[in-house]
Amino acid sequence: MAFNMDKSEANGGANAFNYAESTMTDVTFIDHSGESRKVPATSGMTLMEVAIKHQVPGIDAECGGACACATCHVYVEPEWMEAVGQPASMEEDMLDFAFDVRPNSRLSCQIKISDALDGLRVHTPVRQS
Amino acid sequence: MTDHDDAVIKTDALIIGAGPVGLFAVFELGLLDIKSHLIDILPKIGGQCAELYPEKPIYDIPGFPVVTGQQLVNNLLQQIEPFHPEFHLGEMVVSVARHESEQGIVFHVETDGGKRFEAKTVLVAAGGGSFQPKKPPIPEIDRYENTSVFYAVRQMESLRDHHVLIVGGGDSALDWALNLQSVAARVTLMHRRDEFRAAPHSVAKMRELVAEGKMDLLFGQVTGLEGAGGQLTAAQCKGMDQATFTVPCDRMLPFFGLTMKLGPIAEWGLNLHENLIPVDTEKFETSTPGIFAIGDINTYPGKLKLILSGFHEAALAAQKAHRYIYPDKRLLFQYTTSSTSLQKKLGVNG
Ligand SMILES: Cc1cc2nc3c(=O)[nH]c(=O)nc-3n(C[C@H](O)[C@H](O)[C@H](O)COP(=O)(O)OP(=O)(O)OC[C@H]3O[C@@H](n4cnc5c(N)ncnc54)[C@H](O)[C@@H]3O)c2cc1C
Ligand code: FES
Repeated sequence: MAFNMDKSEANGGANAFNYAESTMTDVTFIDHSGESRKVPATSGMTLMEVAIKHQVPGIDAECGGACACATCHVYVEPEWMEAVGQPASMEEDMLDFAFDVRPNSRLSCQIKISDALDGLRVHTPVRQS
Repeated sequence: MTDHDDAVIKTDALIIGAGPVGLFAVFELGLLDIKSHLIDILPKIGGQCAELYPEKPIYDIPGFPVVTGQQLVNNLLQQIEPFHPEFHLGEMVVSVARHESEQGIVFHVETDGGKRFEAKTVLVAAGGGSFQPKKPPIPEIDRYENTSVFYAVRQMESLRDHHVLIVGGGDSALDWALNLQSVAARVTLMHRRDEFRAAPHSVAKMRELVAEGKMDLLFGQVTGLEGAGGQLTAAQCKGMDQATFTVPCDRMLPFFGLTMKLGPIAEWGLNLHENLIPVDTEKFETSTPGIFAIGDINTYPGKLKLILSGFHEAALAAQKAHRYIYPDKRLLFQYTTSSTSLQKKLGVNG
């Protein structure tokens, strides 16, 4: 749904992240058809927020990052799995509500961008809901 | 049935959606002597606050430095209690139609559960739309929907003597597996892993039945369906070890939680803009006089999808609703702090 997007744009001033103090990294989202989108990310943001900010299709994020909807599901490319880490138990539980869950499945709202994730590549599923 | 059927529920105001904004509308309408019924497809009250973030803190409700989603809902319920709102939960509004009768304009509203209402005014507080079950992206699943694949169980009897495959690991999946176990020919529960987020006692009960050989538990995910003419015969599955197998079944119930879908709102003859209902900012009325839209579902220049904006919208919509319901009464502006008549309505004037 688009409402998260509307809200973050509308609230831009109040909720804006402090970009000046954070370093920029790049992350790439590859959709189910193979089309890839490389977008800048800021340390401290979640991967879901990066996707919404840049209007990357394939991430719905209905609950706005509350780990309550599983509509921000991504597949982390195998070589990035170690750097990204394993889901916590709350996220693992929420993944029960995602489709076609694989060993490299994660909820993008639970992945915090850091310098260590510069160049991160993730795939988005056919459909989130 | 006729329009004068006893079964029709008559009300001043009908509120579609029992989220925070629909709830506060009860209060604002109640102060103006307008009685409300509310309908929500969710089995519980509170909309997004209760369904998506009951435990999360909200920091921008005026006067509450911090309040969780569920606390806000509980507080609203307490606040509107004096007005005795009536709730119709687990029902989706499918149609809203305007009728001119001798007594004036009325709205006929129907739910998917067959409930019928006649209201003098309608407030659409439908948020992001109806919370509806998520549909797994299994190829051709739509060919089996409502014949062999169901996302909700309306009548257990309809599954008697069937081979039912239930997919999921949450409370809905476990509850239905347990309920249907004695009705169906065989229940198979399939989940992607050997851990369940459902209530521990349901999980224990399920494991007991499996140990006794009374139902089956399999680990994996459904990847395809077999059958013809909408009649399912088996589900193709992939195990945790990626090995493939098939499960014979003629009914499948996938339980993957809920998602917000606009739903039938698009069919009520209201102007829509990008799945939102445009309103004016004086009365928050839609393109159909007598139907208001408040909260996340509406749009106007400068709209913010915030709870506090929805509360303001409810207050202003109520003023105009009053003119439809009491065309001959003049509305006096009053404060709850000092008006004895408002305090009497709130039950606080001893
Ligand atoms: C994680 C998260 C955090 C948030 N944090 C904040 C915050 O800090 N501050 C803030 O102000 N806002 C916040 N919001 C937004 C806030 O929750 C919404 O603005 C608010 O819930 C909107 O209320 P509403 O009553 O308009 O709609 P909703 O809460 O969406 O309720 C609408 C209800 O209508 C029902 N419905 C829709 N169509 C039908 C139909 N046809 N028949 C029957 N029922 C129907 C739906 O099932 C739903 O229950 C947050 C949202 C999320 C997801
Ligand atoms: S945005 Fe809802 S779980 Fe990630």
